[in-house]
Amino acid sequence: MQIDKAKINEIILKHGKNKEDVIAMLLDYQSKFRYIPRDVIYTISKEVGVPVVKLLGVATFYRGFSLIPVGKCPISVCMGTACYVLGAPRLLEAFSRELNIDPGKTTKDGNFSLHTINCPGCCGLAPVITVGDEVIGKVTLAKVPRLIEKYHKLIEKGEWKKEE
Amino acid sequence: MEKKKLTVSELKNIRQEFQEHLTVRAGVARARVIIHMGTCGIAAGAREILNAALKALEESQSKDVIVTTSSCAGLCSSEPMATVEIQHEPPVKYINLTEEKIRKIFKEHVLGGKIVKEYALATGSETTA
Amino acid sequence: MAYRANVLICGGTGCVSGGSFAVKKALETEIEKRGLKNEIMVIATGCQGFCGEGPIVIVQPDGVLYCKVNVNDVPQLVEEHLLKGRPYKKKLYTSPVEKAPIPALKEIPFFAKQRLVVLRNRGLIDPEKIEDYIAVDGFAALAKCLTEMTPESIINEIKKSGLRGRGGGGFPTGIKWESCRKAAIHRNVEPVVICNADEGDPGAFMDRSTIECDPCAIIEGMTIGARAIGAKQGFVYIRQEYPLARERLAKALEQARSYGLLGDNILGTDFSFDIKIVQGAGAFVCGESTALMASLEGKVGEPRAKYIHTVEYGYENRPSCLNNVETWANVPPIILRGAEWFTSMGTGDVSENPWGGSKGTKVFSLAGNVNNTGLIEVPMGITLREIIFDIGGGIAKGKKFKAVQTGGPSGGFLPESCIDLPVDFDSLLEAGTMMGSGGMVVADEDTCMVDSAKFFVSFLMEESCGKCTPCREGLRSMYNILDAITKGKGKEEDIETLQEIGEVMMDCCLCALGSSAPNPVISTIRYFKDEYLEHIRNKKCPGKVCKAMIIYKINSELCNGCHACTKVCPSDAIIGKQKELHRIDVQKCIKCGACIDVCPQEAIYKE
Repeated sequence: MQIDKAKINEIILKHGKNKEDVIAMLLDYQSKFRYIPRDVIYTISKEVGVPVVKLLGVATFYRGFSLIPVGKCPISVCMGTACYVLGAPRLLEAFSRELNIDPGKTTKDGNFSLHTINCPGCCGLAPVITVGDEVIGKVTLAKVPRLIEKYHKLIEKGEWKKEE
Repeated sequence: MEKKKLTVSELKNIRQEFQEHLTVRAGVARARVIIHMGTCGIAAGAREILNAALKALEESQSKDVIVTTSSCAGLCSSEPMATVEIQHEPPVKYINLTEEKIRKIFKEHVLGGKIVKEYALATGSETTA
Repeated sequence: MAYRANVLICGGTGCVSGGSFAVKKALETEIEKRGLKNEIMVIATGCQGFCGEGPIVIVQPDGVLYCKVNVNDVPQLVEEHLLKGRPYKKKLYTSPVEKAPIPALKEIPFFAKQRLVVLRNRGLIDPEKIEDYIAVDGFAALAKCLTEMTPESIINEIKKSGLRGRGGGGFPTGIKWESCRKAAIHRNVEPVVICNADEGDPGAFMDRSTIECDPCAIIEGMTIGARAIGAKQGFVYIRQEYPLARERLAKALEQARSYGLLGDNILGTDFSFDIKIVQGAGAFVCGESTALMASLEGKVGEPRAKYIHTVEYGYENRPSCLNNVETWANVPPIILRGAEWFTSMGTGDVSENPWGGSKGTKVFSLAGNVNNTGLIEVPMGITLREIIFDIGGGIAKGKKFKAVQTGGPSGGFLPESCIDLPVDFDSLLEAGTMMGSGGMVVADEDTCMVDSAKFFVSFLMEESCGKCTPCREGLRSMYNILDAITKGKGKEEDIETLQEIGEVMMDCCLCALGSSAPNPVISTIRYFKDEYLEHIRNKKCPGKVCKAMIIYKINSELCNGCHACTKVCPSDAIIGKQKELHRIDVQKCIKCGACIDVCPQEAIYKE
């Protein structure tokens, strides 16, 4: 896949080619394109002067990065303690079943991917899921198919905001 | 926007000037509606409540009411929440709001001066140490 | 000796800025002058919540409320009310409308037991407007530090206050600042201050909420710390999962810079300091100080051994002072109101030694199976019972209390027998858990303690950086054993093996993630050993959680055949015609529990 050269250069310059800011650069790219292609690592390595092996280490260490594309609509089930005691594991199973993918994977059409997240800090509304940047609280098992349908429609209509 | 760099005495002036904005007082505002918007409040629907309150304000054309936002009020299980402050009265906290409820509160409490009992949690402020 | 009457004067922020302390003094003088000193007591109270009409004076037992009292009112007030026994009409409070028929906030237990220091501005100010913060005495403490105090006297005040690190460790903040300052001077290297906002504990959201409600308080606290230590550069390391908090903090930083409260020559003095926000990328271990500093440098966040302290060699090998969000937010009120005020709250005695007690308040996020979930701030020393049953309103759905988990994945579970324990650093440690950063998750009778221990171990296994062997392999071994127990394949000697692995990890792990990781396992074995044995010997799960040990059934007397369950069952395991008794096919049932949630008759149960 072709990478957006102009964008990656813009990101590198925004952080002043600073070695300390490679995590921030990768985060910027990830939030825009939903994954870190290999060529982005090479470009940053060359421009900033950090060895490829170090960058790959960083990109695989932090769970905020993905080396393969995540879905247009990433769904994350919170696995924090409060959500856990209120039934988050069953919720994750339900999403996995309805989307027919394992956690960490993306649907074949590239629309959805399923993840777990370590507590976005809305424990008062547990159990919680996040869809993109949106936090949804008090999710029940019965709501799972309806939620997926809702976002599926948004994607089909091209109204889902993550659609670039 | 670049502002004037403050000195210690200018800091005091700003404090006095803006203290007025934080209390409902004649000349500034007769009433204040505070929508509590932390991550949890927003997840529970506080943004819709804010929009409904702003719309109600616009429709009423009141000049002496402020609709503003603040942070989480702590009681996440009862979000979304709002606080209504009327001049000379202790603030009232409302819980489990919907757009319809905030419209009613705006009409009856903010404009009419009568607390909407069935949605209110309590009056008064929290205890600071 | 009993007093005839009490005169209460409000000492809340609003009334104090309106001059309530002067009124208190005048009242005391006047009462003494009139010879009423032995009959009437003057008391300063916390905020009465009526700040718009302050200063507020209340005379008890009459229950008469006076508003906007100033020093000139005092002689007449004393003469009319206290001497002649009739109200002083001029400042008597009259409600413009009928008295509100709803309770006062202070009558509601959720709010009544809280004392707000860190969260003093929650719900009051607009966190995106620095002027609002300035209006409630914001940056007054910084002004005091820059004009009236030396770095040494700032450090001394923090030491005297007994403030201990709110991130979990409870290290005295003043001592940390002092060693960092000394190291910087000794090595002649410019130090840095860092705010740890990488709140990774699942079930904890104090720091997110604190930043969201009062970002300027953290900026002011860090600036004061920088002044004391001699730093010019500060960092806030904040989690990726908190976009709103990050946004509000960024706005606050920008506004502070535009007013010259950050940057060169702050408040017209020769002191310069600025703060940069660094975003984490989703690694729990980065909440550990050395891992966090590695991540700040753009590296993989792996901890290192701490025989050399970060206050001497931290970020870029410079002396680094790292404190948690809540710790920084405590600094401005301590400076402004003095160490003595702070030590009036909490337990123990810190006059000789900052380790001697736990002073001030602590913010907790209360979650799990309680009625009122939310963010609370309570004085140190409050009991768990008060938190769970008064503030939290008891266990949800009328269930029974089983355990409370404090301290996140590094903490432990406490059973009902510990519920009257005072909440402070040392009592919790003694009971086998820890204060941690303040997550408090309540578990009811439907929780399985073995499964919960497995949950934390699996979380930590995922998040272990893998650098040291005891942590990486110890967690994996513990997980395998716990997993076997929950699947009905446990052996009796497993409990001993778990304890043994735990001891090795506590002794040998490189950082606190590993050395505290066995806590959830060890504490559940300590308090809930019966439950482990029940799983191992009888293959039964008392909390009815472990799937291998339960089956779903329908109570034939309650089921009315409404079909609600058949519609949600993902595996078509529920058989039965409409309006007839339903039955669950045990072979097909995947035990997802969707049917229980929707059954209006509550006819479905686990066995």
